[in-house]
Amino acid sequence: MNDAPSRRLPINGQGIFALAACTIQRLMITILEQALNFHGGLRLDANKAQSLRTPLRQASIPERLFVPLSQHIGEAAEPLVEVGDSLLKGQPMARSLSYISAPVHAPTSGRVIDIGAYPVPHPSGLKADCIVIEADGEDQAAPSGLRMEAVFEADPADIRQRVRDAGIVGLGGAGFPTSVKLNPGPDREVELLVINAAECEPYISCDEALMCCRTQEVIDGIRIMRHALHARQVVIGIEDNMPNAISCLQNGLDEAGDTDIRVIAIATVYPAGGEKQLIYTLIGEEVPSQGLPIDLGIVCHNVGTAAAVGRALLQGEPLISRVVTVTGAGVRQPANLDVRIGTPIAELIAQCGGYTDKVARLLMGGPMMGVSLPSDAMPVIKTTNCILAASRQEAPQALPAHPCIRCGKCAEVCPASLLPQQLFWYAHAQDFDKVQDYKLFDCIECGCCAQVCPSHIPLVQYYRFAKTEIWNQEREREKADIARQRHEFRLERLEREKKELQARRAKAKKALNKPKAGSADSKKAEITAALERVKARKAEQAATARNTDNLTEEQQTKIAEIDKRRASDHNENRP
Amino acid sequence: MEFPTQSSPYLPLSNDLNRLMAQVMLALIPGALCLFWFFGWGVLFNLLITATTAVTAEAMVLKLRKRPVMATLSDGSAIVTGLLLGLALPPLAPWWIPVVGALFAIIVAKQLYGGLGYNPFNPAMVGYVVLIISFPLQMTLWSPPRGIEAEFLPFLDTVRLVFTQALADGVTLDSVTMATPLDTSKTEIGLNLTWSEILSKPLYGSFAGHGWEWINMTFLIGGLWLWQRRAIDWHIPVGMLSALFIVSLLFYIADADSFGSPIFHLFSGATMLGAFFIATDPVSAATTPRGRLYFGAGIGILTYVIRGWGGYPDGVAFAVLLMNMAAPTIDYYTQPRVFGHRDPKDS
Repeated sequence: MNDAPSRRLPINGQGIFALAACTIQRLMITILEQALNFHGGLRLDANKAQSLRTPLRQASIPERLFVPLSQHIGEAAEPLVEVGDSLLKGQPMARSLSYISAPVHAPTSGRVIDIGAYPVPHPSGLKADCIVIEADGEDQAAPSGLRMEAVFEADPADIRQRVRDAGIVGLGGAGFPTSVKLNPGPDREVELLVINAAECEPYISCDEALMCCRTQEVIDGIRIMRHALHARQVVIGIEDNMPNAISCLQNGLDEAGDTDIRVIAIATVYPAGGEKQLIYTLIGEEVPSQGLPIDLGIVCHNVGTAAAVGRALLQGEPLISRVVTVTGAGVRQPANLDVRIGTPIAELIAQCGGYTDKVARLLMGGPMMGVSLPSDAMPVIKTTNCILAASRQEAPQALPAHPCIRCGKCAEVCPASLLPQQLFWYAHAQDFDKVQDYKLFDCIECGCCAQVCPSHIPLVQYYRFAKTEIWNQEREREKADIARQRHEFRLERLEREKKELQARRAKAKKALNKPKAGSADSKKAEITAALERVKARKAEQAATARNTDNLTEEQQTKIAEIDKRRASDHNENRP
Repeated sequence: MEFPTQSSPYLPLSNDLNRLMAQVMLALIPGALCLFWFFGWGVLFNLLITATTAVTAEAMVLKLRKRPVMATLSDGSAIVTGLLLGLALPPLAPWWIPVVGALFAIIVAKQLYGGLGYNPFNPAMVGYVVLIISFPLQMTLWSPPRGIEAEFLPFLDTVRLVFTQALADGVTLDSVTMATPLDTSKTEIGLNLTWSEILSKPLYGSFAGHGWEWINMTFLIGGLWLWQRRAIDWHIPVGMLSALFIVSLLFYIADADSFGSPIFHLFSGATMLGAFFIATDPVSAATTPRGRLYFGAGIGILTYVIRGWGGYPDGVAFAVLLMNMAAPTIDYYTQPRVFGHRDPKDS
C-alpha cells in the first residue's frame, strides 16, 4: 500500500527515461538505404503485364449507377436525396453523421430512381442500401466548394474538412476515412509520411497505371498530405517490379524540384504492401501489436488516396471515380479504366470486351485477399481496386483438405511471425483463449499460410471464424455484464426497500408500544382531543363554499354520476 | 452472370501432401538400394511386407472408423510409415516381425490416436521399439554385409529362411548372421579392447562399419535432396547431427581409446536415416523453427547416450520417441516473437 502513490505519480525516473527514449526514437526515424526484408512472405507471379498493355482510359458512364451508402469502414452515410430528385455530378447524395464515416456524391448527373437494398460487393454477401441513379448522359457538374486556391498555405484543419467533404477514403482496399488519418491528433508529431505504392498483390495494376499516367496528380496529392500532416519526411514505397512507375514518379519529382520526397524501391515479396510490413521494410521498425503507425510518428496513405486528395483540392472533384484494373484470363481485353463509382461490374466487363469462355470465378481485389463475388450485378465502389475474372487455372476450386501435419510451412511464410499451425489447431478446437495466446489478432489474413499448406487447409477461413466468434463472445459478454449489473441493482434495490420497510414497521411498532406506559386518564384526554379536532374540521368544511354549490340540479346529478364512475374506475384499476 | 464463391486466397496452391510423401519415398530409394546391395533380398522382403501390411491395416481401420478409405490412403502416409519401419528391420527376421511391427505402428501408434496429424509418437519408431523390446532375438538377425568373408544367402534360401525359418542342410543361423558394427563395438568395448583394435576388424570399413558407411552416405544424399526440394527444413537434421557430432567429439577428445570418433557415429546405424527421414516426421516433431533445432539436438544427444551406455546397440528409435514426448513442451517455450510484440510471451 505504501508504494501505491509513487506508482501513480505521472513522472518518475523510469517514465522520464521512457519518454526521452520515445522522443529520440521518433526523431531518429531514418529511411534505410537498403530496404529490409520482413519475415516470410511469398514470391508470386505478378501477372500485371496483361492489364498494362493499353494506357489508362476513361470508362463510359452506364445508364444506371448503384451507389452504396456504405463503401468505407465506419457508419453508413445518410441519404440527402429522395426518389425523383435530379442530381448533378459531384453533388453530395448522402452525408456522414459520425467521425468515422464518409459522404457519398453523385457520380454523374441524372435522377434518383430508387433508394433501397441492392447486392453490393461485400464478403457477407448481404444486400445493402444503395442510391440508384438514372444517368441523363449530360454529365453536368455541380459547383464544388472543394477547390483551394492556396492549398499549401492553408490550415490543415481546413484541408481535412475538405478531404472529408470530398468523401475520400483509403483506396488501397480498407476504405478508412482519409480525413481521420490526416489528423495525427494533438501533441503527435508526424516524422514520416509513407506513401504505399507497393501494390503487392498479383494482377492488380491500378496504382501503377495511375502513377504512370497521372503522375502530377499523385505528386500534388502527396505534397498536400505532407502539408496537412506537417510531416518532416516523405517516402514512397514501391515494389521494384514497376520500373516505369518508379521513373515516372522520379521524373515528376525532379521536375517539381521536390527532392524531399523520396522514392524507394523495395523487393517484390507479397505482402510488402501491408502497412506494417511496408513500414518495417522502409525503416526497420515494427509497429507495435494493436498499435498504429502514428505510435512511431508515422502516417501511411495509399498512393491512389493521395491522387484523390490532389484531384479534390486542386480540381474540386469529390471522390466519384477511381482507377480499376479489369483483368484475368476470363476477360477479353484486360485494362485499367477510370470508372465512376456505382458502375455495375457487368457493364465494366462489357467495356473490356466481355467474358472469355474460360471465366470461372469473379473476384474483387487480388487473388490473395480479394472477395469472391457471387454475381457481376454489383457496383464498383470506392475500394474496388481490381475486378479479376479468373479462369479455372488462375483460381481453381478448393481441394479437399487433409489433416494438418504440422510441417510448419505456414510459419515459414507468415509475415507476422505467427505459428499458423498452432492457431489452426486451437481455432479448430474452438479454444478461443489459447488461440489468442498465440496472437490470433496479429494475423493480417494475407493468405500466405493457406497458399503453401500441403494439406490444403483453408487456414484464413478458420482465423476469420475464430475472430468473429471472439468478437461475438465479447459482445455477448458485454450484454451479459449489463444484464447482470441491472439484475444486481434490482436485487440491491429490493433488499434496500425491504430493509426500509422493516425499519418503518419497527418504528411504528415502537410508537404504538410507547403509550402503553401512560395512564388511562391521559388516553381519554387524547381521545377527546382527537374528537375535538375532527369536529372543528367538519365545521370548517361546512363553512367554506364550494364552486359546485350554485349549480342546477341537472348538473349536480351529472357530477354525482361522474364521481360514482370515477370511484368505480379507480376500484377496477386496482390489481 | 453468376459465379461460385469461396474464401481467399484463390491462387493454385503451391504444395501438396501427396507430392510431399512421394518425394520422401523417392529420396529413400538410394539408401534402400544400398541397403539391399549390402544385405540382400531380406531388405526387399521387409519393405514389401511392411508396406503392404501398413496399407492394409490403415484401410481396415479407416473402414471401421467409417472414414473415406481411398481418399485417406492416397495421402501416402501409411506407405511411408511402412517403408521407414521396413528399412530399420534386420534382413533375416522372420516374416511376422515386419507384420507385427507394421500392424502396431499403424493401428496403435497412428489410427488409435486419430490418424494422420494426431499421433504424438512416430508410428514407425513405435513399431520398431515394440519389436526390439518384445523380440530381441529376432531383431538381431542381421546378415553379414556383402564383401565380408562370410556366407551370403542367395534369393531362394532367403525366402525359405524368412518365410519358413528353415535353413539348408549344414547351415546354421549363426553362420549366416552377424552382429552389426554398433553392436560389436559395444560388446568389445566391454571386453576392454581399444577402438583402434576394434576398427581393424573386417566388419569395419574406411571410417565406420563396413557397408553401413555407404548406407548412411546414400541416406544423407537422399536427405539433402529432400531439403533441396524443400520437403523438409534443415533445423532437425542439423540439430541432430551437430549435437551427435559435438558430444561424440568431446568424448573422443577425452578418451579416443574407449569412444568412437564423431565420424564413426555420424555414419553408423540409423543416424542418417533418422536425421533426415524419421526425426523429420513433422506430426510428432516440434513445430517451431527454434524448437526443431532443440528437438533434433535432443535426439542427437540421446542417441549417443543410448549407444554408449544403454542396453541397445542403436538409440535412434528411443531417442526419437523420448523427444516426441518433449515436443509440446519445446513448442511452448520456443514460440517465435510475433511481429510488433516485444517478447514471445507478452500480449
